[in-house]
Amino acid sequence: MAGTTAPASGATAPEPRRPRGPRTESLLVHRLARWFDARLGAARLARTTLNKVFPDHWSFMLGELGLYSFVVLVLTGVYLTFFFEPSSNVVTYDGSYEPLRGVEMTEAYRSALRLSFDVRAGLVMRQIHHWAALLFLASLVVHVGRVFFTGAFRRPRELNWVIGCTLLVLALGNGLFGYSLLDDQLSGTGLRIVYSVALSIPVVGTWVTSLLFGGEFPGPDIIKRLYVLHILIIPALITALLVAHLGLVVRHKHTQFPGPGRREGNVVGERLWPTYAAKALALFFLTSAVLAFLGGVFQINPIWIYGPFDPAQVSSASQPDWYMGWLDGALRIMPGWEFRAGGFEIPNPFFPGVLLAGITFGLLYAWPFLEARVTGDHDEHHVLDRPRQRPVRTALGVATLAFFVVCFVGGAADVIAATFGLSVNAVLWSFRFIVLLLPPVAGWVAYRLCKELAARDGVPTASRVDVRDIPRRLLRGAAADGGHRPSRAREAAEAGSER
Amino acid sequence: MSDDATGPPPAEEPAAGTTFESNEARRATEGDAVLTTRGARVEMLSAACFVVAMLAAIALAVVYWEGGQPQAEGILLAVTLGGIGVGIVLWAKHFMPTEEVEEEREPLPSTEEDVAAFTADFEAGESTLRSRRVLVATAGGACAALGVALLFPIRSLGPRPGRGLKQTPYRRGGLRLVREDGSPVRPDDLEPDGAVTVWPEGHTDAADAPTLLIRFRDDQDFQPRPGREGWTVGNLVAYSKICTHVGCPVGLYQSNGLLLCPCHQSTFDVLRGAKPVFGPAARSLPQLPLGLDDEGYLIATGDFSDPVGPGFWDRGR
Repeated sequence: MAGTTAPASGATAPEPRRPRGPRTESLLVHRLARWFDARLGAARLARTTLNKVFPDHWSFMLGELGLYSFVVLVLTGVYLTFFFEPSSNVVTYDGSYEPLRGVEMTEAYRSALRLSFDVRAGLVMRQIHHWAALLFLASLVVHVGRVFFTGAFRRPRELNWVIGCTLLVLALGNGLFGYSLLDDQLSGTGLRIVYSVALSIPVVGTWVTSLLFGGEFPGPDIIKRLYVLHILIIPALITALLVAHLGLVVRHKHTQFPGPGRREGNVVGERLWPTYAAKALALFFLTSAVLAFLGGVFQINPIWIYGPFDPAQVSSASQPDWYMGWLDGALRIMPGWEFRAGGFEIPNPFFPGVLLAGITFGLLYAWPFLEARVTGDHDEHHVLDRPRQRPVRTALGVATLAFFVVCFVGGAADVIAATFGLSVNAVLWSFRFIVLLLPPVAGWVAYRLCKELAARDGVPTASRVDVRDIPRRLLRGAAADGGHRPSRAREAAEAGSER
Repeated sequence: MSDDATGPPPAEEPAAGTTFESNEARRATEGDAVLTTRGARVEMLSAACFVVAMLAAIALAVVYWEGGQPQAEGILLAVTLGGIGVGIVLWAKHFMPTEEVEEEREPLPSTEEDVAAFTADFEAGESTLRSRRVLVATAGGACAALGVALLFPIRSLGPRPGRGLKQTPYRRGGLRLVREDGSPVRPDDLEPDGAVTVWPEGHTDAADAPTLLIRFRDDQDFQPRPGREGWTVGNLVAYSKICTHVGCPVGLYQSNGLLLCPCHQSTFDVLRGAKPVFGPAARSLPQLPLGLDDEGYLIATGDFSDPVGPGFWDRGR
């Protein structure tokens, strides 16, 4: 990208770009900029950045939403670290929450109570942090879905897909580790399950758990270990990978949806400076505003109600945070099978807890390479597919989502049974069938819908004509009447011919 | 961006292959007229948003200063952030250029010349490195050895998983069963259909020792496992409370003799050696052999029948 460039050939710029007269108030800024430029020589690079072109589509802001949630997570999280004590030492509570006075608990749980009741602004920070984690994971999952269904993972973006998958795994882990730190009854139960699932790994399970927890459950060191992972190692990895993720977006330039004037060889959209940057900044503020509102008004993870962790106690309706729900549901839905031979065994939780997660993320990572192999399409793609143009991919994606949604809902089997007065056994048996039946049905429906929507559009699907040709052909049509492609692109878009 | 270091000084003209074209010329000239009337109103609105944000921020500081109140803090912070956000949105929507421009994509792969030049440079260096084979081999060996040596401290993270997973404090034998407060239990303390969580005396903090002591009714058909005929006292039977699925406490005893784990709904039949009858658990809850001491309190005569809790690879060895 050698020096990108000025606005608008022939267009009269609406406003002058530089102040006309001498402006003393900006002299300092100018001198500072000069000072830095003399040491960095960055004016050209900076200008290139200002003129970066971003195509506009609502679905492109999903990843941004994740980024801003992460910023909120870091800001609130740093505040929380000033007050949280990652310690399993047993102490007696004497803080301002009456019902727990005199109760024995770990320092970790006590400091979380102190944060909630005795540190000014502590509760709102804690709750914003938790809501931000939920939104972070939600926007990541939906963003992955967007990238998947529009084929944005194809060459040259496979590496960025892999980075994105790693970000998702890290975010899932960090969410789990985060709410496990507080050592309340619910999170302790969650850790109990994590321990048991890790213990079920053949051959190395006992070593893995001993080294992670510092011994047998509950383990003297687990809170310290999770703390280091949660506030240092994983956030550092996430930050590094986010930088790489965004760097690759810049390097590759953003994908765009098909439309007149849009082809594989160009990118049509708004420049970063100033409008797009302002919109992005506004989205950051609005995301933070929503999180602040949720954190202030809607109670989340009220650990004082759950009480301190006691390995002999549990309450029904113990559900994890939403993003772990599919795993908890899979643990419930799995029939009571396990393999034993010669004194060795593969325990039941291994299959839903380790194998299913392994297959899920293995397939997710491998998808761009699998698809390229199956379709034989190894070309570069910068123009996105509409889901309907790729019925097979869309159907597989919908079937997979259906599977995980059933697992997720299955994680609330006890709540469903209690709410509707059904037998837990009947509900779980239903889920065992639904988890096998719904995905193929949902996939088939999605496939038929794609076919029919595509037929209605008159847009050929992948099975007949290569989608890659569409934007080129449209472009040839547009270019044929000569002249200003981009203006046509915009007017056509406004007329709603595409998208 | 890759050629910034070596390229010519920044040019005023667009570089070859990169074009921007505006389509907003007509719109912009019409826009100026509109700005004078409606624009003023929008500008006022946008400024009002920023002013509201400013006031909310001040109010937030006051609320904090006065002692803090979570709901007020959240709402005021939301108003502050939201005011700034909405203000910027209005500003951007009405007063910033919305021209759509086109930028060419350059090919991503390097040119053949660049690749060849890089390869030549790299291989020139590589061949000088390779010519010292002894150094390559020993340096490689040293780094590998360092890597292996650095793995060893991981061992310090936890003890060797040993018998601990297969034993509980009950193995000493003869320990009284006590409630959480340390009080011992007599057989008459439980009503029929009653259940109480007990521990071995002196170990009420042991995570592998919680035990569910259950009294079934006379009319229930309790069938002891072969070899465990003497493990009950009267109608009292004791099982590990730690679920064999993923270790939740199996807390819900129902009068039909079934024991339900609230985490994942595994169900165990107390009258049939606590074998799993539903859910993901695949193994019975380990049973504890019960007895009475001289003073008539319940004791455990030995450890559980099987390793307690969730399964692991060499559980049966």
